[in-house]
Amino acid sequence: MASFISCPHCGIRPKEEFTVRGDASVIRPEPDASDEAWHNYVHIRANPRGRTREHWQHVFGCRRFLVVERDTVTHEVYSVTDGGSR
Amino acid sequence: MTFAPACRYANVRENHGTVKGMRYSAFALVKQALQGNRGWTPAWREPQPKPHYDVIIVGGGGHGLATAYYLAKEFGVKNIAVLEKGYLGSGNVGRNTTIVRSNYLLPGNEPFYEFSLKLWEGLGQDLNYNVMLSQRGIINLFHSDADRDAHIRRGNAMWMEGVPAELLDRETLKKMMPFLNFDHARFPIMGGLLQKRAGTARHDAVAWGFARGADRHGVDLIQHCEVTGIRRENGVVVGVETSRGFIGCGKLGLAAAGNTSVVGQMAGLKLPIESHVLQAFVTEGLKPCIDHVITYGAGHFYISQSDKGGLVFGAEIDGYSSYAQRGGLATVEHVMEEGVTMIPGLSRVRVLRSWAGVMDMSMDGSPIISRTDIDNLYLNCGWCYGGFKATPASGFCFAHLIAKGETHPAARFLRLDRFERGYPIDEHGAGPQPNLH
Amino acid sequence: MTAYRLPEGGLVDRTTSLDFRFDGTRFKGHPGDTLASALLANDQLLLARSFKYHRPRGLVTAGVSEPNALVSIGSGARTDANTRATVAELYAGLEARSQNNWPSLKYDIGALNNLLSPFLSAGFYYKTFMWPAAFWEKLYEPLIRRAAGLGRAVLERDPESYEKCWTHCDLLIVGSGPAGLSAALTAGRAGLRVVLAEQDFRMGGALLSDSTAIDGNSASVFAEASLAELATLPNVTLMPRTTVFGWYDDNVFGAVERVQKHVAQPIAKLPVERLWRIAAKRALLATGAEERPLVFGGNDRPGVMTASAIGTYANRFGVAAGKSVAIFTNGNAGYRTAADLLRHGVGIAAIIDTRSDAPAVDDLKDVRIIKGAGIVDTMGGQRLGKLVFERSGYEEVIACDAIGMSGGFNPVIHLACQRGARPVWSSELDTFLAPDVGGGLSIAGAAAGYYTLSACLADGAEKAATIAADLGFAVTADEAPAVGEEVDPSFTTLWYVPGAKSKAFVDFQNDVHARDLGLALREGFGHIEHAKRYTTNGMATDQGKLSGVNAAGILAGMRGVSPAEVGITTFRPFYTPVSFGALAGTARDMHAAPKRVSPLHGWAERNGAVFVEAGLWHRSSWFPREGERTWRQTTDREVLNVRENVGLCDVSTLGKIEVFGTDAAEFLNRLYCNAMAKLPIGKARYGLMLREDGIVYDDGTVSRFGENHFFVTTTTGLAAGVLSHMEYCAQVLWPDLDVRFTSVTDQWAQMSIAGPKARAVVQAMIEDDISNVAFPYLSVGVVTLKGGLKARLFRISFSGELAYELAVPAGYGESVADAVIEAGRAHGICAYGLEALNVLRLEKGYVTHAEFDGRVTPDDAGFGRMVSAQKPDFIGKRLSTRYGLTAADRMQMVGLKPAEKDKTIRAGAHLLKDGAKPSTINDQGYVSSACFSPVLGHDIALAFLKSGRERYGERIVVWDRLKNEETMAEVCEPVFVDPLSAKLKV
Repeated sequence: MASFISCPHCGIRPKEEFTVRGDASVIRPEPDASDEAWHNYVHIRANPRGRTREHWQHVFGCRRFLVVERDTVTHEVYSVTDGGSR
Repeated sequence: MTFAPACRYANVRENHGTVKGMRYSAFALVKQALQGNRGWTPAWREPQPKPHYDVIIVGGGGHGLATAYYLAKEFGVKNIAVLEKGYLGSGNVGRNTTIVRSNYLLPGNEPFYEFSLKLWEGLGQDLNYNVMLSQRGIINLFHSDADRDAHIRRGNAMWMEGVPAELLDRETLKKMMPFLNFDHARFPIMGGLLQKRAGTARHDAVAWGFARGADRHGVDLIQHCEVTGIRRENGVVVGVETSRGFIGCGKLGLAAAGNTSVVGQMAGLKLPIESHVLQAFVTEGLKPCIDHVITYGAGHFYISQSDKGGLVFGAEIDGYSSYAQRGGLATVEHVMEEGVTMIPGLSRVRVLRSWAGVMDMSMDGSPIISRTDIDNLYLNCGWCYGGFKATPASGFCFAHLIAKGETHPAARFLRLDRFERGYPIDEHGAGPQPNLH
Repeated sequence: MTAYRLPEGGLVDRTTSLDFRFDGTRFKGHPGDTLASALLANDQLLLARSFKYHRPRGLVTAGVSEPNALVSIGSGARTDANTRATVAELYAGLEARSQNNWPSLKYDIGALNNLLSPFLSAGFYYKTFMWPAAFWEKLYEPLIRRAAGLGRAVLERDPESYEKCWTHCDLLIVGSGPAGLSAALTAGRAGLRVVLAEQDFRMGGALLSDSTAIDGNSASVFAEASLAELATLPNVTLMPRTTVFGWYDDNVFGAVERVQKHVAQPIAKLPVERLWRIAAKRALLATGAEERPLVFGGNDRPGVMTASAIGTYANRFGVAAGKSVAIFTNGNAGYRTAADLLRHGVGIAAIIDTRSDAPAVDDLKDVRIIKGAGIVDTMGGQRLGKLVFERSGYEEVIACDAIGMSGGFNPVIHLACQRGARPVWSSELDTFLAPDVGGGLSIAGAAAGYYTLSACLADGAEKAATIAADLGFAVTADEAPAVGEEVDPSFTTLWYVPGAKSKAFVDFQNDVHARDLGLALREGFGHIEHAKRYTTNGMATDQGKLSGVNAAGILAGMRGVSPAEVGITTFRPFYTPVSFGALAGTARDMHAAPKRVSPLHGWAERNGAVFVEAGLWHRSSWFPREGERTWRQTTDREVLNVRENVGLCDVSTLGKIEVFGTDAAEFLNRLYCNAMAKLPIGKARYGLMLREDGIVYDDGTVSRFGENHFFVTTTTGLAAGVLSHMEYCAQVLWPDLDVRFTSVTDQWAQMSIAGPKARAVVQAMIEDDISNVAFPYLSVGVVTLKGGLKARLFRISFSGELAYELAVPAGYGESVADAVIEAGRAHGICAYGLEALNVLRLEKGYVTHAEFDGRVTPDDAGFGRMVSAQKPDFIGKRLSTRYGLTAADRMQMVGLKPAEKDKTIRAGAHLLKDGAKPSTINDQGYVSSACFSPVLGHDIALAFLKSGRERYGERIVVWDRLKNEETMAEVCEPVFVDPLSAKLKV
């Protein structure tokens, strides 16, 4: 993982200011979605070898959840956007 | 002292087939030495892949090799291949901290890991390969009343399975390990839970021992053979596409922890797995100074000393999903901080090498040995931090499942569908977030 | 005597003498010496014993790759084991000791292993020690372990300090040799922020030992002048004694600076080592090249070194490695060493060149040059006396006291290959080079395969100019320095000198010799990684710096393939070993983690509290009074006093979060599993938060202060986690909800005033009416303290007593607590701590994280009916209905009472049916919390028991095998005091 994360609100900051929550590609289903949809949401992960989207929170900064799009092999970061602005 | 509950799994063992190849012994060593060590033969063959096998195991790491070994030796399966994309033992079996233990809390885990430890205890003889099991004992330190209670609960859970455990108080620990931080610790050491039968084993030797054993039972170990696709017809697997061409199979077992999702995807499996990076470290060789495996309760640090003298240690995963076998400097620093906090005298010890493995982190922190929705496709994955100690039992139980089509009793809770059904085995109580386990 | 200090020359300060000791013997050296050069100057050739065979060993190198000369430096808690004498800077009073020998370096019993070596072939231990099984653990393994390691770690508290820093630069240059220096000059003059890191204590790298002239002066003069210029540039930082050990993501480099490792008495205010994280826009590796040892019989005898090491000792340190030095070479570089030595007046026994077609060298006319020959053995016990060479089937013995081996060069590409890039074989240079690793890092000079001084200087300047231009700096072309006559550095590779009559070592420290590699190959371990792991080649403290490429070459030869096909083992951090101390910095002991204290900490201290760790917090645990000898006595008194009178407890450490917004109610309704939307203003409610998998995450209270204003509490341990979880829900899951919140944990001092007389005490302090009618159970509100301070009052209880939690701004905490005690004095108030709090809650059956351990559902803990069936959605709703989470045989929370009142129940004990044999299958559950109830006069416990709520009244075995205790207990409802909660509502 990158040593720095470019927070859209705070600028380039050391990775240690952030904590990672996990896969940002899963979307919380509607309450009446199928059991399988809910199981998939909570438990199943694409876990790609390559490009992935992950939630990182700028805990020691603006406390926003960010979506970090990056590569799981090269650790290159492609983009960092605010997690609330889908 | 009896170990009745775990022994019940061991009596299924039979010996099938004939063993080929050289037998190791002190006598052989002397004989060969006198002949200038020129007479040693290869530990395993380098066969060309056959067009078809009854069983193919994907992954020539510890678990895959152990599976093939037990399939051939215990379950009489004749026509087996192990496909490995790199060299044998090039995955996590060769990059762990070599700890072997069975000090688990939950009934889904403890019998399995105790079965594994039982297998470890006879493994050298069974394989005719010294895996250098060293039952020096593991001590989990605790630092608060709540922590102590949790360890008592765990120790009693171990005893329920017939696994001896001891609670050590601070004074006893002081005598055993005066080098621990008793005087200036931010989180004072209150005591520890000891499992005497736990310890370490020589990790590479485990891979090689199983490889040689499997080979001696006729298993084809095919290195540098990367699986690139899984061919299915009429809902069942018929074989695998590999970098060395198509190879047919009757049954397919996946034991590719670290890359489980990548391989699983070839068969359309959707899995509760994230790949994470875990770093490990070794110091320069030192004269014996740490006699046990010790874990830090106020952090995640664990340390032991290898038979070569290096202190082997690690702590938690870096926390982000990764397939790169390398970690970050911040985690390195954090591991060292925990190290000197637990053992202040480590401060001047120099760290020689760091490395990293890719962990299959499952959603409850426990492994999966399971059938899948595809009839002849079997899955062995999700080992998180704990794969090495599980190697023999993982192989045994996975072989049992593949050969007999039914779950081995020691692994009966490790099913893939436990998440859907609401039976997680959550040793840390952290919930479905892999990087918290 | 063989090795000696030359009468003149070298970069040591001959005007000053430094006393030091090795194995107790006193020696003298000079400032500028390494321990190795000083020992060599004193003719101390024998410095160490090898790992496996305990063979006598001396210096092989003059630098970081030294495999043999490892010593322990310092004494007591200041001992540094396994220090390479070749990089240890000499200081007055240095104490060094040899390692891995007994009883002495000279007479070492362990050397018996050498005689047994045929039986100790590579991997021998995997093939034996298996019978009888018990002997492995009792006999064999202890023997093997005793032989482990080289140096001895004292494991005493380190008296010295360490620190960490960040630095940022445009260009990090690693290595200050010709390429690094010329790069630094170019980049520095162009205005880049440059960091020039050099692992040596003296900057200049190979320039310090190269005899080639630059601009008419010696190379070291050029280095001095260049460094002097760089020192004047404000944009250039020179970092000697700084080893860059690792390359991490985003071009961050880890480096360790040895601030005070070269002094006898470190200054206390300075660290001894400093960790640098260097964030570099670009980096240039100018790490040089390593000379390859030749693999020939007897190549490990003290006195056999690389030719470049012999050259360095002569040119830089003014030390001759011998009086009659033989050079064994497969290229032209060895001739240069011979010429250097001749210039210093050192005799050359012969030059043995493996090449039959070696070119003639004019200035060595008087030297015996033996072409097409190879050394096959050496003689002389613990110091070299003779060599045996073989040519065309004939052997000859030559007397000599040192051999300089020159087997070609390996560029130092370690850092460039730490991040997954595989080295590539260059058939032109017969070695591995780093591949193109991308824009962030380039390689210059010998590390890039340029072995002449002029090429290194030019390459460094050129690469720096390219980087400067890339970063937008204007570069002016400088005139290249004029370099004197140079030796063509070409060589003809010979991986293994045939005909060895004794062991030909590849990895010196680990005693791996060429035949071990052959054995590995024969046994199927021919893959380079297998060979490494099987033979331990490259696993010693030098991590294969000398042995790695040779092993690849030898294996390639044996397999009949190119080394390109064999490859080389993976380079990983650390380039050279780094201390725990440097990597840990200041985060140790009491500074391992921050210490949090409550705003009432001082008040608690004044009241005699004993504190306990609770996560990062220090919490008041009990308040002993005179005459009380145990915590139990104190706690019992506190509990009874709360039950009979009134007590004050600091509950400030609970997580506190203010929640605002027009959707705050809706937000909390979705966050908690129980209904929150209709919580009336002025009321509090217990709240249970689930994880998305239906398991209890945390609990606390939710209070409503206004239509759009709530206040929630969390448990102490999960305060940070819950806040983050709420932020995730608000920001990511439901960004459309209008809700804002912030942690106010540290802003409020909060105290619980509990007991039948609590109202009297609180009422005495505040203006508002808090009668049961005006302020009934679960009321909350803003009140005015007498004196005018606004405070918050919550009528909630964690003890089962009439209780109020009074919250005041943190700064007022201690005064208010004092005032409460004062107001309560007449009512018999006491301060009570965490222990009493725990007993009080247990007596009432209230849960904590001892119960909510991350595996418990609301129903397990008896909260099943609280979970709202009406709400369409809340976190955890859907997955909480999974089969396994609702199964009837789940463990449910129950109470336990010992059948005999004087028996103890301990948390962590498990439960068995009466008469059942202990086994995992028979395990019925466990005790989550237990204590002695002073009210009831016996132990009580909360436990989780399979189908527990059906089993009230059953007698069950409480099984604590760790303590060897079995206690009969009765299963009961998990409430021991005031089951109807009458006391709460009065």
